[in-house]
Amino acid sequence: MKFPLAVSAVIILASISLLVGAGDLSLTALLWPQEGQHATQILLISRIPRTLALILAGAAMAVAGTIMQALTQNRFVEPSTAGTVESASLGLLTVTLFVPDSPVIVKMLVAAGFALAGTALFLRILKLVPLRSVLTVPLVGIMLGGIVGAITTFFAYRFDLLQSLNAWTTGDFSGVLRGRYELLWIGLALTLLAYFVADRLTLAGMGRDFSTNLGLRYRSIVSLGLIIVSMVTAIIVVTVGMLPFLGLIVPNVVSLMMGDNMRRSLPWIAVLGAGLVLVCDILGRVVYYPYEVPIGTIMGIIGSALFLFLLLRGRQRLA
Amino acid sequence: MIEISNVRKNYGDTIVVRDVSLQIPRKGITSIIGPNGAGKSTLLSMISRLLPLSAGTVTVDGLDVTTTPSDVLAKRLSILRQDNRVGSRLTVRDLVEFGRYPYSKGRLTAEDRAQAARAIGFLGLEALADRFLDELSGGQRQRAYVAMVLCQDTDYVLFDEPLNNLDMKHAVGMMKLLREAADALSKTVVLVLHDINFASCYSDYIVAMRDGTVVRHGSPQEIMTSEAIREIYDMEVEIQETQGRRISIYYT
Amino acid sequence: MRENRQPIRALLILTALTVGIITLFMSLNVRGQWDFILTFRGTKVLTMALVGYAIAVSTVLFQTVSHNRILTPSIMGFDQLYILIQTSLVFTIGSAGLTALDPRLLFAFNVGAMVVFSTALYRWLFSGSSRSLHLLVLVGIVFGVLFRSLSSFMQRIIDPNEFVVLQDRLFANFNTIDSNLLGIAVATILIASFFGWRLMHVYDVLALGREASINLGLDHGRIVTVILMLVAVLVSVSTALVGPVTFFGLLVANLAYGIAGTHKHRFVLPVATLLAVICLIGGQLILERVFAFDTALSIVIEFVGGIVFLALLIRGVAR
Repeated sequence: MKFPLAVSAVIILASISLLVGAGDLSLTALLWPQEGQHATQILLISRIPRTLALILAGAAMAVAGTIMQALTQNRFVEPSTAGTVESASLGLLTVTLFVPDSPVIVKMLVAAGFALAGTALFLRILKLVPLRSVLTVPLVGIMLGGIVGAITTFFAYRFDLLQSLNAWTTGDFSGVLRGRYELLWIGLALTLLAYFVADRLTLAGMGRDFSTNLGLRYRSIVSLGLIIVSMVTAIIVVTVGMLPFLGLIVPNVVSLMMGDNMRRSLPWIAVLGAGLVLVCDILGRVVYYPYEVPIGTIMGIIGSALFLFLLLRGRQRLA
Repeated sequence: MIEISNVRKNYGDTIVVRDVSLQIPRKGITSIIGPNGAGKSTLLSMISRLLPLSAGTVTVDGLDVTTTPSDVLAKRLSILRQDNRVGSRLTVRDLVEFGRYPYSKGRLTAEDRAQAARAIGFLGLEALADRFLDELSGGQRQRAYVAMVLCQDTDYVLFDEPLNNLDMKHAVGMMKLLREAADALSKTVVLVLHDINFASCYSDYIVAMRDGTVVRHGSPQEIMTSEAIREIYDMEVEIQETQGRRISIYYT
Repeated sequence: MRENRQPIRALLILTALTVGIITLFMSLNVRGQWDFILTFRGTKVLTMALVGYAIAVSTVLFQTVSHNRILTPSIMGFDQLYILIQTSLVFTIGSAGLTALDPRLLFAFNVGAMVVFSTALYRWLFSGSSRSLHLLVLVGIVFGVLFRSLSSFMQRIIDPNEFVVLQDRLFANFNTIDSNLLGIAVATILIASFFGWRLMHVYDVLALGREASINLGLDHGRIVTVILMLVAVLVSVSTALVGPVTFFGLLVANLAYGIAGTHKHRFVLPVATLLAVICLIGGQLILERVFAFDTALSIVIEFVGGIVFLALLIRGVAR
């Protein structure tokens, strides 16, 4: 019942996103084009792709975070606290070094492969940690990410690719143009796939024994989930750069609102993820107009503040 | 019938279950008792394919649990382990409806919903149906899990310590309910129980384990003797008969 | 008797090693003018010794206060807080005023603000009696992200066109060591050490835990505050000189506990300091002379430190 409301909010945000930016673009300019104005072109080449990219990336990343949380049965895990993002960057660096001219889809697939391996390693290490508390899990992930990140930085530094690395690790939509974001549609396909198997993912979130009892092949659903997460992460790192904490904040808020039955919650998560990304990007565009602050920075502030709130709010329950 | 033949479980050199062969009859309640570390839970987990076998075979109505597809088994046999910690925020109704998953694969029919409602009613959880699991007390949550397993509607229902987290009143209520499931719904219920008096009062058949082997099995009458208890638990107890039931006095 | 001898022997060996490495660093491959090279390298050695001392002592004391072996000031976000304060100062003065201002005055301001803010923030965090360790670590890491995002946001706003240039000019790292500050850094460290030294008899008691030390008549709250202030000053010095180094303190402190073979602070502190100096100068020496990389030291430290941290988690030290 409230869902249409959320969808309309996102549509309004998207319209704002179409109209806000450094280039002059107003409704009047669009409807009654004048000589020497490029309003329609700005709209077609830059604003529409950018807005679509924001929606697609936000929805996909929030859903990927939810899947990670179900697979690890831990509320504080998402691609950027599990070593997934850093592994994807390492993969991207590797393919850039060895096959610099490969098409972007190949780069994405290599990055996804690395992300998958990195996340699998994360799950492997988790099994080694004795007395797992709720908070050790993200801690292990962040450390693993740090180690992989150090390797990546080292080689990026050696081969003078620090600038590219920086672009992959901080989200920024200002470079999104027609022809440079289309990979994100695959992200949408993966999001839909996640919705299609939502029941199985919810079951997997209840643990191995529960899902085996109900006849689910636990391993294969975990593998499927990991593949979705790795692909989504790789796509986002390749096209717009990492959006930190998004996959953590949105699922947690939705879980508080309506619980973890993904058949119900995934649409909300996708819509709110898109909404949050739109808000952050619009903020980044207007806060120091006409200059842009990258969304990665804005998300870093809002995301970490909200994460701290989540951590310290549930203190008694966690301790 | 559950047929267990030469089943073994070892972790390296540590043998937890050593070459157990056993038949669990159809219908009624079978309780597995024994001291801590006897291998009861391990055996139950192997019967229900949650744990792979090191050696031997288990068949349920002729279906080998290691080779039969998991979703086929899920319509024959269900298991509830102890200490379930579901981190997901699900409502009681969500959870119980997931018991229909083997049949519905997520697309719930009206019949599935009705079945879930019956299971919720059976466990007296109507008032809590729309509450989240993490808002319930330990005992209420345990009942919700049991409702889910009953909603799965399998011929064989396995419980590891179903009385965990339940107070006296609810423990008795749970045992009566399982008895009813066995009698009225003609299910085969297999329990791991700590309290031998509950086993004595409610089971048709008792299996006693110790050090990974089955030391005795038989009717409650046969197991509830001072001599048998001494063999199983290394403990001297007095057996009294009240209202036609054998109770062991082991508190002093 | 053996127990008494091990720390002394460790101290002697480490001192000899330190002297050896410094001599090597000063004299290797000297061509041309000795006096120029001696001053140049001497500055570097002095800086690294100061940084080593600051990081080692602050980490060991911080771990004593927080009773554990995985929390360190930098993991808890102290370095990033310093950078945030520095950025905020620059932000208020404006980049034009910055050039006019004596960097030493700015440093003094920074340290003052740092002591006030960090003591307030971390006393608040540590004040609760039953905070789980993992919660603290996670909160610290997220605070670090928050501070970093805020700093980078402000840096953008100060001068979006020269963001990168500004970042380099304002903030030191291992290749752009800020040696203008050496004089005031030495003075600050001497003063802090004087106060720290007078508390030497307290540290071992404090390490027994809050209840035990109160029982033995310590004014626990006051001493913790003093130590946190001390830590804030030391971290300020090392961050001002070479920027944030997240895992170095963790590495050095845990090595020191092992090598010293005792928990008495009068051994652990000097052992940790010597180890830190050896690692920094030795690491720099090897990277510069053997591999001919000049700035990779901090990356290598992150890499090794991250692995040590994971190992500590896996071995269950961090309960």
